[in-house]
Amino acid sequence: MSATTQPALTPVKDLAVAARLGRGRKRTDVIIRTLSLAATAIGLIFLASILITLFVKGFGAMNLAVFTEVTKPPGSEGGLLNAIVGSLIQVVLATLIGTPIGMLVGTYLAEYAQGSRFGDVVRFVSDILLSAPSILIGLFVYQLLVLPFGGFSGWAGVAALAIIIIPIVVRTTEDMLSLVPNTLREAVIGLGAPKWKMIVLVSWRSAISGIITGVLLGIARIAGETAPLLFTSLGNNAWSTNLSAPMPSLPITIYSYAGSPFQDWIELAWAGALLITLAVLLLNIGARSLLGRGK
Amino acid sequence: MSQATTMTTGARPAAPRRAGSLGDAVFAGACQAAGAFVLLLLGGIIVELFIGGLPAFRAFGLPFLWSTEWDPVSEVFGAGVSIYGTIVTAVLAIIFAVPLAFGVAFTLTELAPPWLRRPVGTAVELLAAVPSIIYGMWGFFLIAPLMAQYVQPTLIDSLGELPGIGGLFQGPPFGTGILTAALILAIMILPFIAATMRDVFEQVPPVYKESAYGLGCTTWEVMRGVVLPYTRISVAGGVMLGLGRALGETMAVTFVIGNANRITTTLFGPGNTIASVVALEFGESETGSLKLSALLALGFILFVISFVVLATSRYLLRSRLKG
Repeated sequence: MSATTQPALTPVKDLAVAARLGRGRKRTDVIIRTLSLAATAIGLIFLASILITLFVKGFGAMNLAVFTEVTKPPGSEGGLLNAIVGSLIQVVLATLIGTPIGMLVGTYLAEYAQGSRFGDVVRFVSDILLSAPSILIGLFVYQLLVLPFGGFSGWAGVAALAIIIIPIVVRTTEDMLSLVPNTLREAVIGLGAPKWKMIVLVSWRSAISGIITGVLLGIARIAGETAPLLFTSLGNNAWSTNLSAPMPSLPITIYSYAGSPFQDWIELAWAGALLITLAVLLLNIGARSLLGRGK
Repeated sequence: MSQATTMTTGARPAAPRRAGSLGDAVFAGACQAAGAFVLLLLGGIIVELFIGGLPAFRAFGLPFLWSTEWDPVSEVFGAGVSIYGTIVTAVLAIIFAVPLAFGVAFTLTELAPPWLRRPVGTAVELLAAVPSIIYGMWGFFLIAPLMAQYVQPTLIDSLGELPGIGGLFQGPPFGTGILTAALILAIMILPFIAATMRDVFEQVPPVYKESAYGLGCTTWEVMRGVVLPYTRISVAGGVMLGLGRALGETMAVTFVIGNANRITTTLFGPGNTIASVVALEFGESETGSLKLSALLALGFILFVISFVVLATSRYLLRSRLKG
């Protein structure tokens, strides 16, 4: 790769030429440094722009009714209570279902599948699921749970969100378990403990803060998911905690309100957008600080 | 998995079966079953989407892939426009995002003072945490008007006059359209590409960089001559990861792409992507209709495209995964 650094390496006799080359190289360096800093600034400006837009429009639309009233037809004062509760129910249930499965898979990959082919396949498939378009997971659950059981339901939404959180938990669990020193494992086995006790009492305990971080990041991800819910829990404009019926959720309500022609609905959508973004960002920052402190 | 279990518990062959061996078998079995469940999930997605799309594949055959017709009234459907839109927006997004991501990674690994790296890195990663629908609203209510008022008229007046590529920058400046969708996508995938680049740049052994600095190289020359050649495969993997993400983005694109089933030569024109068509048209499709099947067939095609891209990305990143 020395070809790319040739000006510096060829001896130059003429001092004037050398000085000119040096200036040229310095100038390129300064230009690219400046552009890189500008690129970073652009990224930060985009984040700031999103947050400022949300705060300005969201706070303007925020009032007590957002939290105390259910969604109402345009023109009458309504809120987002049913959407918030619906989202909470679906996200919590999906997390409760997805986390243990994800942890078991991650444990399998880290503690049992070292060097096994089956383990490599599972790891590969889990990584694909991690980045696969979430809309396809919605379509899959539609085919699997909505069509055969005769309708959109909260449970279908829960299933879709659980499928999305599983690979996130798998990844962090495996990563965190692989940081646990092997000497610790050997010590426990040497004391005569069976392997499952070693994993539960030592490996999991050492990795717990990292695994919690992963779960929190997973919750943050599924809390904002919209596309998979379009085909599963569908949404509902009334108060509903029945998981066998269509269930409202915050992202779906935001989606249908933001695209509506009614000004009060659009304002409610901004209020909801601010709520969901605050929740997601706080979960992210909380998860990161937890990981930072754990090490 | 019984093999691994016996390897650890069977260290003393003469010992009697210990109390833990049943627990071990159950626990190992549960872990392995969970692993098999993940495989079933992926297999299930492929099979269900294919079965759902089968009537459409049967009705239209292979031309479904390039036919540009989408007419719910006479029940004629083709995937051509949305496949085109998906690929064009994703590729444009990559073109916008890669230089930005490189700049961010270069800043975070070489330029910024150490105390600034963590906060800036976290801020960029938060861009990945913002939900897709928020990008959609932000793009629709803030970016699209800006595009219509300032960016697109400027581009039409400058680049639009040029022969050849001028055609890309013509037409009425609606604000929404292919270019705006690609721009929003670029911001959404920026943190994924930047994070991968930063991670692999950090893996370059310091000795290599120090040798280059010792020869008198500038920071950029070290990046170009040492760091990039050393990491180029993983960098390509990160770019593919971003591409995979961009292909399947739904909500943000649905808000800003303009949603029209036609292929336009100008980047300002409206279009659609597979994900946006599925999200928008799904509500108007009856159970068992050919239209619903066509949407599921689109989903299957999107799955195949993303699978290939994501698998390539993972293959390219394998050295990083091991390291």
